[in-house]
Amino acid sequence: MSNKLIDLQHISKSFDGQLVLDDLNLYIRENEFLTLLGPSGCGKTTTLRILGGFEQPDQGSVIFDGKDITSLAPNKRQLNTVFQKYALFTHMNVADNIAFGLRIRKKPEDYIRDKIRYALKLVNLEGFENRMPDSLSGGQQQRIAIARAIVNEPKVLLLDEPLGALDLKLRKDMQYELIRLKNELGITFIYVTHDQEEALTMSDTIVVMNQGYIQQIGTPEDIYNEPQNAFVADFIGDSNIIDGTMVRDRLVEISGVKFACVDVGFGTNKPVDVVIRPEDLELYAIPEGAEKGSEAYDKVASRAYELNPGYFEGVVTDLIFKGVHYEMDVEANGYTWLVHSTKMFPVGSRVLMNLDPFNIQIMNKPESEDEQAVTMNEM
Amino acid sequence: MKKFFTRLYVVLIFILLYAPIGVLIAFSFNNSKTRAKWGGFTFKWYIGMFRNAEIMEALRNTLILAFVSAFIATLLGLMACLSLNRMKKRKRSIVLGILNIPMLNADIVTGISLMLVFIAFGQFLSRYGYTIVFGFGTVLLGHITFNIPYTVMSIMPRVQGINPSTYEAALDLGATRSEAFRKVVLPDILPGVLSGFLLAFTLSLDDFVITHFIKGPGFDTLSTKIYTEVRKGIKPEMYALSTLLFVGVLLLMFGIEKGRNARKKSQQYH
Amino acid sequence: MRCKEAVMKRKQNPLLTGPYLVWTAAFIVIPLILIVFYGFTDADHHFTMDNIMRITDPVTLKALGLSLLLSALATVICLILAYPLAMILARMKNGASAIITTIFIIPMWMNSLLRIFAWQTLLERNGVINQMLAFFHLPPQHLINTPWAIALGMIYDYLPFMLLPLYNALTKLDWNVVNAAYDLGANKRQTFFRVIVPLTMPGIVSGITMVFVPALTTFVISDFLGGSKVLLIGNIIDQQFTQVGDWNVGSGLSLVLMVFILISMAIMQHYEKEEEGAANIL
Repeated sequence: MSNKLIDLQHISKSFDGQLVLDDLNLYIRENEFLTLLGPSGCGKTTTLRILGGFEQPDQGSVIFDGKDITSLAPNKRQLNTVFQKYALFTHMNVADNIAFGLRIRKKPEDYIRDKIRYALKLVNLEGFENRMPDSLSGGQQQRIAIARAIVNEPKVLLLDEPLGALDLKLRKDMQYELIRLKNELGITFIYVTHDQEEALTMSDTIVVMNQGYIQQIGTPEDIYNEPQNAFVADFIGDSNIIDGTMVRDRLVEISGVKFACVDVGFGTNKPVDVVIRPEDLELYAIPEGAEKGSEAYDKVASRAYELNPGYFEGVVTDLIFKGVHYEMDVEANGYTWLVHSTKMFPVGSRVLMNLDPFNIQIMNKPESEDEQAVTMNEM
Repeated sequence: MKKFFTRLYVVLIFILLYAPIGVLIAFSFNNSKTRAKWGGFTFKWYIGMFRNAEIMEALRNTLILAFVSAFIATLLGLMACLSLNRMKKRKRSIVLGILNIPMLNADIVTGISLMLVFIAFGQFLSRYGYTIVFGFGTVLLGHITFNIPYTVMSIMPRVQGINPSTYEAALDLGATRSEAFRKVVLPDILPGVLSGFLLAFTLSLDDFVITHFIKGPGFDTLSTKIYTEVRKGIKPEMYALSTLLFVGVLLLMFGIEKGRNARKKSQQYH
Repeated sequence: MRCKEAVMKRKQNPLLTGPYLVWTAAFIVIPLILIVFYGFTDADHHFTMDNIMRITDPVTLKALGLSLLLSALATVICLILAYPLAMILARMKNGASAIITTIFIIPMWMNSLLRIFAWQTLLERNGVINQMLAFFHLPPQHLINTPWAIALGMIYDYLPFMLLPLYNALTKLDWNVVNAAYDLGANKRQTFFRVIVPLTMPGIVSGITMVFVPALTTFVISDFLGGSKVLLIGNIIDQQFTQVGDWNVGSGLSLVLMVFILISMAIMQHYEKEEEGAANIL
């Protein structure tokens, strides 16, 4: 268990009267790849800037390696930042950009030369010493920005949505590059992004933020499989979030049908939020014309029953081929369910739908605005 | 703490820039011939100024000059921009470079060069019994010349921003070449044309050095009039005149700014 | 994109190109050629270097030296005064920046003759400044008709011309680059000289040119604030043309002056390739 390298205590920050961070408490361990994930305006970039020293919190303190660095100037901190739009010095070539921090600290020139070569090798841009930033592609500029930061051997690297301006393929490649870099350098990465897929791919720990509050902290699997509130459930991956009633432990009622589930401790007959991932829903084709009670129908129903005593009957209303899977809308009991399946069910076909009890995620109803799922209109 | 010094610095420089002007304006209302004493508030210098025939003539000259030279310069500038837009880069830089010379050159050089060209032309004409008279005509030609780079500068960005597709769409829908130009292209570049005109107008109002060399005796603009009067000795009417010129240009600048903003707003609904 | 090329390839309409090209030739190119012509000839149109050599005449040389000295001084002081101001203005939030900067730029469009005239009122023996000193029982200062008054007039007149390009350059600066420099360990001084100044160099050069050239060639400022005692090279050239009537000498001296102007313009061109040209003035 690595020790706490950074401890943010009771951080609050307002801009123009707007509260951007409200009593934020967060600690970051050594060698962690920690991602601050959330929509625009949730406070993640502000948190990063407070760590870097470019903003001062109104309240609270930043403890780094046991020392309070809250009012320490950025140039005196042992962190380095990779800025969103790279912020390369366009009047200097690549080598001078990388050497900047080293020259400030008056390192000897041959030491600097070696470091430049090492850094360029690390980011796979050997030989680029004399190139000018303007002549480089976005991905190359990004890697130079990283090289410039890491060459100063910081304990922590702060990355502010560094891959935002790159195209999809390049972004995916760079994600793996960053993981490799972190492991090779053995330092802590603090990463800010609004892209949940990116966060899930790269992080050891994800901190989901909304409106200045931390919604959930956990590993990627935790966050994905067991979101703690509607916001997290909705923000990470696609999901169906629906009202339900917890009948008792391990039994939940959704749209009039009782389903077996695995959650306990939510009380008796209490209203709850139910989260179901689209890929977890199973569909069973009802043969053409088969009515309830008919032999053909019961055959399908009994197969469904094996998975979960509860099931819905519904109609496929939309079908999109997504390559990896089919995405379908299924209307059942008054709710339109989003379903991902590798099997195709044509529009208009009747289906039975249920899922493994393990895949039903029960959450308490939101207590405050920031825990609610963000609807399309609000975004 | 830092904020205080910052604000202080800005205020100090503001005072530095506007104090002399403020003093001038104050004295224009000073009811005392000498600047030593404040003799009370008065409009008499303004009245005196308006009664002074020479000053009024200079004012008339200045305004007509500004308007006509700005107009012609805008016209020529527009033609230049349209033509430059079609040129290849190399040729365009060269022509643009030459057009810009009066803007980059020192006023005095532009002034004397124009003076020489008129003199030389006059000498050439004298062989045929004609002469060149330095006066409104020569000054007008000079003003147009130094205004052109500025009108080009205003109009060029807009001309370069013309979407040729809209012009061709108009043709496609049945408009003639000149109709398409008038109804599609012209409104698009109009803001640049107008701001170029106003810019040229203001510059013409303000000019002294170039006018000084090519005006000849007997013709004065406000600037040259002020120059001669100040060299003779201060007349308080000059303060009144200066104040009016300051306020006039100020209003003009606000007009330009407001016009630019209004156009920006209306363009949002395109 | 093909449409644009198609439009581009259309032939030039001679009606369109004719007038302004003729104008350019007649009133821009030929006049400059004439200066060269008159500069190198005497009254009988014979070639001579006398006009150029007049620069070595003690009075003329002194005037040129003084012009160079004062305009260089004024340029440096304008730069020192304007840069901090430009930084402050560029960093102001949103609307305030543009409005307040406009307030500082407006004097640029006001009649410079009048603005110098205004300083004359302040600096005279009975002028406002001396009157204020008298009010505090301080001795009156001989301010006017000195080279310092002229330098002051230059600084006053041309400060907005230095401010505007600096302001434009600083607003274009991505401030994250400054943050990056801090992040990498630089203090404020290092960041300023190693990052901010090099990146705003085009603006600095533009500002220097826009102050130095007019300051070097002015004669109005020395007329109003220097009296007939202090002569600048501009005065001498002006006298040659308007009083003495010796256009040859006047042209010759102008040619010498042009050398300095051309050098400044060349330096400007070198840095202008990144900018959108003098459109920044607006």
